[in-house]
Amino acid sequence: MPSSKNLLAKTIPLLILVPVFGSVGNVLLGKGMRGMGKLPDLSIPSLAVYLLKILSSGWIWLGIGSLLIFFVSYMLVLSWADYSYVMPVTAVGYVLAPLLAHLLLGEVVPGARWVGAAFIFLGVAVVGRTPPSTTRQV
Amino acid sequence: MRTFLFLAIVVLAGTGGDIAVTHAMKQIGEVKNFSPRAILGVLWHALKSKWIWLGIALMTVAFFALLAVLSWAEVSFVVPATAANYVVGAFGARFLLKERVSQTRWAGLLLVAAGVALVCAAR
Repeated sequence: MPSSKNLLAKTIPLLILVPVFGSVGNVLLGKGMRGMGKLPDLSIPSLAVYLLKILSSGWIWLGIGSLLIFFVSYMLVLSWADYSYVMPVTAVGYVLAPLLAHLLLGEVVPGARWVGAAFIFLGVAVVGRTPPSTTRQV
Repeated sequence: MRTFLFLAIVVLAGTGGDIAVTHAMKQIGEVKNFSPRAILGVLWHALKSKWIWLGIALMTVAFFALLAVLSWAEVSFVVPATAANYVVGAFGARFLLKERVSQTRWAGLLLVAAGVALVCAAR
């Protein structure tokens, strides 16, 4: 069994990749969808046309690429660490995303939303202080 | 109303997908070697698991619901609102994956939940 220090040495870099690529991906998707306009109705032909329009957006593909890197890093870290440990740690991305949306997309973020984001971040910090795996076979 | 309906789909399908993927990856076992060849091997192994495909299907539903909600709502609202995942996810981890969620983790999750409530209230 590897020491818990070795476990952290590979867990921490992946836990940084996960929120960074996750939030960049979400901001790129938001950028892409902002240009789509409203879905006219829910008929199959309108949905198909709308889907083609989404899939021909460069921003959407950049977002998907970024989210793929996020997803692979996430899968790797979940192979040894608890879900209830990894998932809240990645919440850093949920604070990073509004920041990037404000800086890159020019969104106006109300104060209470920043306070909410700060609470999420604090919750993350508390959960990050618990050990990474409780179900490992020793 | 439409926004919250779509957010609920994003959260429930996304969390279900996470739990299915975690279940599959734990069956595959801890990844110890990070060479590209070894990572491809893990991916290949993972793609043969039913649970991975269930996870991917649920995540796809969550992804399109997210795209839909992003077409009318702001990223700085939508992304923190989907942090409700953590709370739903902790219950899933506790009851489906049998992880032991300590009181400290629950306290952190309570803060996350309060943050999500604030973000939703500040809409």
